[in-house]
Amino acid sequence: MRDMQPSRRRFLKKSAAVAGVVASPPALALAAESASAESLPPAVVDNNSLESVLYGQRSRFVTTTREIEGRSHNTTPTTRPNPQRPSARTPLAELVGTITPTSLHFTTQHYYGIPDINPDEHSLMVEGMVDRPLVFTMDELRRLPFVSRICFLECIGNRPNPRATTVAGTHGRTGCSEWTGVPLSVLLREAGLKNGAHWIIAESSDGGRHTKSVPLAKALDDVLVAYGQNGEPVRPDHGYPLRLVVPGFEGVYNVKWLRRIKVVDQPYLSFQEHSRFLTPNPKTQRDSYDFGPNSVITAPSGSQQLPEPGSYVITGLAWSGGGTVRKVEVSTDGGQTYQEAQLAGPVLPKAHTRFYLPWRWSGEEAVLQSRCLDEKGQLQPTEAEYARYWNLTRAQLYGTIQSQLGHCNWLQPWKVGLDGTVTNGLAPTDVVVDVHG
Amino acid sequence: MARSLMVWRRPMWLSTYTASAVAFAVAMSVGAAALAQEQSSPSGLGRPPTAAELRDGLVGPDGADLPQGSGTAVEGALVFAGRGCTTCHGPTGTEGPSVALVGGRVTSFSNYWPISHWPFAPTIWDYIRRVMPYDRPGILTVDEAYAVTAFLLYRNGIIGEHDTMDARSLAAVEMPHRDDYQRPEPWTPDTPRGFEIVPAR
Repeated sequence: MRDMQPSRRRFLKKSAAVAGVVASPPALALAAESASAESLPPAVVDNNSLESVLYGQRSRFVTTTREIEGRSHNTTPTTRPNPQRPSARTPLAELVGTITPTSLHFTTQHYYGIPDINPDEHSLMVEGMVDRPLVFTMDELRRLPFVSRICFLECIGNRPNPRATTVAGTHGRTGCSEWTGVPLSVLLREAGLKNGAHWIIAESSDGGRHTKSVPLAKALDDVLVAYGQNGEPVRPDHGYPLRLVVPGFEGVYNVKWLRRIKVVDQPYLSFQEHSRFLTPNPKTQRDSYDFGPNSVITAPSGSQQLPEPGSYVITGLAWSGGGTVRKVEVSTDGGQTYQEAQLAGPVLPKAHTRFYLPWRWSGEEAVLQSRCLDEKGQLQPTEAEYARYWNLTRAQLYGTIQSQLGHCNWLQPWKVGLDGTVTNGLAPTDVVVDVHG
Repeated sequence: MARSLMVWRRPMWLSTYTASAVAFAVAMSVGAAALAQEQSSPSGLGRPPTAAELRDGLVGPDGADLPQGSGTAVEGALVFAGRGCTTCHGPTGTEGPSVALVGGRVTSFSNYWPISHWPFAPTIWDYIRRVMPYDRPGILTVDEAYAVTAFLLYRNGIIGEHDTMDARSLAAVEMPHRDDYQRPEPWTPDTPRGFEIVPAR
């Protein structure tokens, strides 16, 4: 309120000067002199450049970027012809709503760079156990029925570093987009499925030719062959011109730069599939499809600062591969008590769902955490529940074994200190984790 | 006629290439117009793949789609050096700077799975053929891919130096960790997740 007064006074003076001009022309010079002494507010500046008219730019005061992960694979040789592109995390703390801006959506690069694909030369082959193997051009794909689905896309290795200081570091390998494309079921109907078909293998056209086996039941359920992301063509780092979108499933299923769908009777064991299918622990394998319920508070979150006691909203994102988020609860006392949060909407299946809870910070220490209940009745686990299910000690949980499990959806606490600083509320362990790029 | 050919299950010794070539020849004799009608999709969009496109295919764990061709570890050693594999993997496949292709054990959720831990040999061939060498994926001939696969299997102590790898013998290789492999359970929209916490309330 104190800050308001000088400008208000200035405004009144200025009004008087303008009134003077109208009343008496000789006062003009005087008024100009007094205005320059007073220093006029800067003239209105038109920030439009031709470029920003053609393609909108954000304010120069908005500088949010993705968070670079550095070299995500220690074994990457330096002599490779293409320098490895680093992976990057979504800056969750800086985002509002449910859609992740495409340019801020996390990307994970495995070994190979981003191919430069001319859509006129790109095609998709549907072959294998089908009546009619078919090759579709991009133009032909756009002549088929299509659908848009808003859904999250998350890396199996999200929770890259549970001890990270920010929410981008703890949960930044997830994003949510509107994907537009041809339902895979439409393409499979075009080709005609043969008896005995149980899986599809999707293949990428980048140097790594990433392949992934998808159960046919899922392929026919809600899988998309997407050419659009958030209203525009899928961007190169997300798979331009064509990618598979497998809602609710691990990110590795969502094959980018899609060139081939092969219908088969059994899963193939491609390069990136072994670890899930070869474990002696059947639990791992059973959980290699859809993600369980998850949520995280994005504000206040690690490295943020509450300036003073008073009113805030605690907000964050909840999502589940099991479907729609039914309820989100927030605790401000480290899980002793919970209050139901508001869902800000839209609330869509297998999509990031924004929640908030009005909160008055008293200035005392507080531990904030959220938990998600999905439409299947699955509840986001505590750290202890997660560890018990996998029969792990806490040290093991935060050791390398975490990276073998994936789906690390246990609760994330943020601690608000007496000085308003927000830090990662996980109880300390000696284990430093940053695994599974 | 063309349709019955499509569902005919070829014996394993007959390669995809041969099958496609036979299908193509027969189809031509039946008549292109009849074939087009038989094969048209509901939308009429899309074209049949060419024989070359089908030949450049994926190979699964049973090796049923492996093409005709062969190679031995002796030949593979020459290909390994001549095609630049050594640049990333070292002269004997152990020196790096990239991943070691000989020996190795599973230490974490690594995307570089040691070759000896791949449960089925045909998928090793498939990966080498499609993805290697790193800077020019796909340049290896079918025979070269068999030879390099044989070389790596030999260096990992799985086959002999003079064993010939082809569609039949490669599919018959018993990988040491084959029994670790578990077939994934089927999935339906209603399949409960393995890890499920449902509150009692």
